[in-house]
Amino acid sequence: MSLPAFFWPPEASAHAREVDLLIGSFGAMVWLLTLPVFILMAAFAIRYRRGREVNREHSGDGNVWLEASWSIIPFLLTIGFFVWATSLFLEIRRVPEGATPIHVVAKQWMWKYEHPEGAREINDLHVPVDTPVVLVMSSEDVIHSLYVPALRIKQDVLPGRYTHLSFVAERAGTYPLRCAEFCGTDHSVMGGRLVVMRREDYARWLASARDGGRETMAQRGAALFRSAGCAACHASRRADLAPPLAGIYGRTVRLADGSSATVDEQYLRDAIVDPNRQIAAGYRPIMPTYAHALAARDIDALVAWLREGGQP
Amino acid sequence: MTVRTQAGSQAADTEQADEVIEARSYLRDGHSLRSWLLTTDHKRIALLYLIAITGFFVVGAIAAALIRLDLLTPAPDLLSNEGYNRAFSIHGIVMVWFFLIPSIPSTLGNFLIPLMIGARDLAFPRLNLLSWYIYIVSGVIVLFVVIGGGVDTGWTFYTPLSSMYANGMVVATVAAVFVSGFSTILTGLNFIVTIHTLRAPGMTWGRLPLFVWSHYAVSIIFVLATPVLALTLILLAAERLFGIGVFDPALGGDPLLFQHLFWFYSHPAVYIMVLPAMGVISELVTAAARKRIFGYWFVALASLAIAVIGFMVWGHHMFVSGQSIYASAVFSFLSIAVAVPSAIKVYNWTATLYKADISIDAPLLFAMDFIGLFVAGGLTGLMLAMLAIDVHVHDTYFVVAHFHYIMVGGTVTAFFGALHFWWPKITGRMYNETLGRIAAVVILVGFNLTFFPQFLLGYEGMPRRYHVYPPEFQALNVISSTGAALLAVGYLMPAVYLLWSLRRGPRAGPNPWGATGLEWTTSSPPPTHNFTEQPVVEHGPYEYPLAHPASRGDA
Repeated sequence: MSLPAFFWPPEASAHAREVDLLIGSFGAMVWLLTLPVFILMAAFAIRYRRGREVNREHSGDGNVWLEASWSIIPFLLTIGFFVWATSLFLEIRRVPEGATPIHVVAKQWMWKYEHPEGAREINDLHVPVDTPVVLVMSSEDVIHSLYVPALRIKQDVLPGRYTHLSFVAERAGTYPLRCAEFCGTDHSVMGGRLVVMRREDYARWLASARDGGRETMAQRGAALFRSAGCAACHASRRADLAPPLAGIYGRTVRLADGSSATVDEQYLRDAIVDPNRQIAAGYRPIMPTYAHALAARDIDALVAWLREGGQP
Repeated sequence: MTVRTQAGSQAADTEQADEVIEARSYLRDGHSLRSWLLTTDHKRIALLYLIAITGFFVVGAIAAALIRLDLLTPAPDLLSNEGYNRAFSIHGIVMVWFFLIPSIPSTLGNFLIPLMIGARDLAFPRLNLLSWYIYIVSGVIVLFVVIGGGVDTGWTFYTPLSSMYANGMVVATVAAVFVSGFSTILTGLNFIVTIHTLRAPGMTWGRLPLFVWSHYAVSIIFVLATPVLALTLILLAAERLFGIGVFDPALGGDPLLFQHLFWFYSHPAVYIMVLPAMGVISELVTAAARKRIFGYWFVALASLAIAVIGFMVWGHHMFVSGQSIYASAVFSFLSIAVAVPSAIKVYNWTATLYKADISIDAPLLFAMDFIGLFVAGGLTGLMLAMLAIDVHVHDTYFVVAHFHYIMVGGTVTAFFGALHFWWPKITGRMYNETLGRIAAVVILVGFNLTFFPQFLLGYEGMPRRYHVYPPEFQALNVISSTGAALLAVGYLMPAVYLLWSLRRGPRAGPNPWGATGLEWTTSSPPPTHNFTEQPVVEHGPYEYPLAHPASRGDA
């Protein structure tokens, strides 16, 4: 047996410290509500055990005020914690402005990452310290869940849909990264490490991992835009074939059915794999699906390029 | 609740009277296998269920033993990854659908509801037998799965893993669960009709024992929730067998749709397990305290409130699934709300003990085990309902510990408490009470030793369904496995002394606990038609001191 004993998991972010504070405070309140029950139960069982001479007059079999108070007071106390926990949750789910997007593709049973600068890695994820990062994640097969205990966060990774996980790691170090959603045979060994590095170390790592001159994600996306045939329509001189894509990210587009949609990562992904689900107003539904022509990381590259403006 | 019957009053402690009782007991009404397998007597069907669910408890427990043995070391020594996945899948599927869900309702509910309301049988005796056969058919399918190589999806069958990727016998397993659902639906229907139509004269709704109220609430869930599971499983099988895209995005489906449908059933299913247990505890506490329940209507209506609100909290299983964050906030709030009626029950049980006349017998000890473990399970459930906490501990051992506190610490403990309380009524024999008290303590210690370390493991970051784990988690896992061994001893003890009591136990008499309740006014074991004379109810339940003449001498 190796290192025995239980250690509190490391806190690698401000959020982790807040979650610990929340569960600690809530735990204290829980004990406050429970201990009286346990103590009274034991005390009554001993004091009023059968055969013992003791005053049993006026024992009563109901009291509406008592019922109301022991229902409402703990409920209100808990609602206080509900507000705290929910605001903490909404905060962590809000992607910070200017966060570095790192794309994650999960598959049975590995994690693949691609940094915007083009660095790619498997299972181990390197991130800079004190920098907002957002993981843009999708799965190639079943549902997985990316879990970093030291950050107290996880998010399921779904096939066919982007989910996001954002964080600011505040302590350099190496922390475990695990798959938390059962994903088949090797679920328990689908893991890796989150390596939080000082910024200059990260820059050095990025340079070496880029292998000297590999293109950035956006450049790869731009190249795919031409090689996969997207440009034939989207950059055609015939304006009625397909909408031009430059600067489309973040805009609101009108759809053929009269509704409108904001162009985000999910919209772009859907437009590539299931183009006829949402047709832009004024265009015909003529685009074929690219679900089988493009790998998950190619779609990610196209999305990354469009996110950066989509200039061919 | 008082009653005019001859059965009790004539139960003088003479050998002759014992002979008479034995002779007309439901147990003596036919000895052939046929007389058991074609019986329509709710008491015999209850025993058929008891034997069957005990068998499945053993199957599930063997799988649990394999899991705990394997987790003694961080490396995959005992089982392969594949084998481990099959072990925990079978453990979950068998324990949930073939033990926990039918456990209290189909055995004790079946046995006691007619007795408690003064009826001769359930409203549809043949339907009752049919539900047992349906259960057996589904059980045979699941045993076929176990022998045929198992299934590797976990009991939750998440898509698209189950529909497109898993290698095991998914369709057969789903078929077994699908079939077993009809058994529970029929039982629920039978209970609802029985409680509405077969109450004895004077047995008003305000005089119903709380055990019956909680079974009424659970029957509503049986009837309303189980069909949703059935439909979901059909869709899953259709996708797996015929490639009809419902859940797999590659086929145009939505994987989260499955989770919504599955938890719409499976969260109420938790209340299916725990509501009957709460009904048991209300009976055990009042009988030991010899006192009216504190806040009868609050306890009774809390069961219905749990049944209703329980249908609106399923999304708390999906806080990190990618569902809308606003939906998550609403589900979080509702999950906190559903804790209120449970808390009301716990406070009322405690208040019932105040100024009571408490006999500290095995049933009370089991009831106190239940209250302690259920409170721990419930409050950690409240922690899980807090969004920011759940994001960290979701799908970790924290959740595993939490639901075992509810399902095992709660339901299984209540099941054992109920067995100890009504065993004399069911068999006419008394077991060794000292051993009973010891078992209640061993189970409490063994349980906490097994599952408390898992809260720590979860917070430390050990995900559930992990077969290979980092070495720093070993110490806590070893403690947990040791506790499991002790827990197994605690569960085996009653099996031994209860069976022993069948041959050697002293005769119990009609009312060994000096409890109220119509079931204690008839002989032990009861005659085939329960009462020799139509009972007429003149008081509420739990009317102590006892007025009917069948009470124990020291009442």
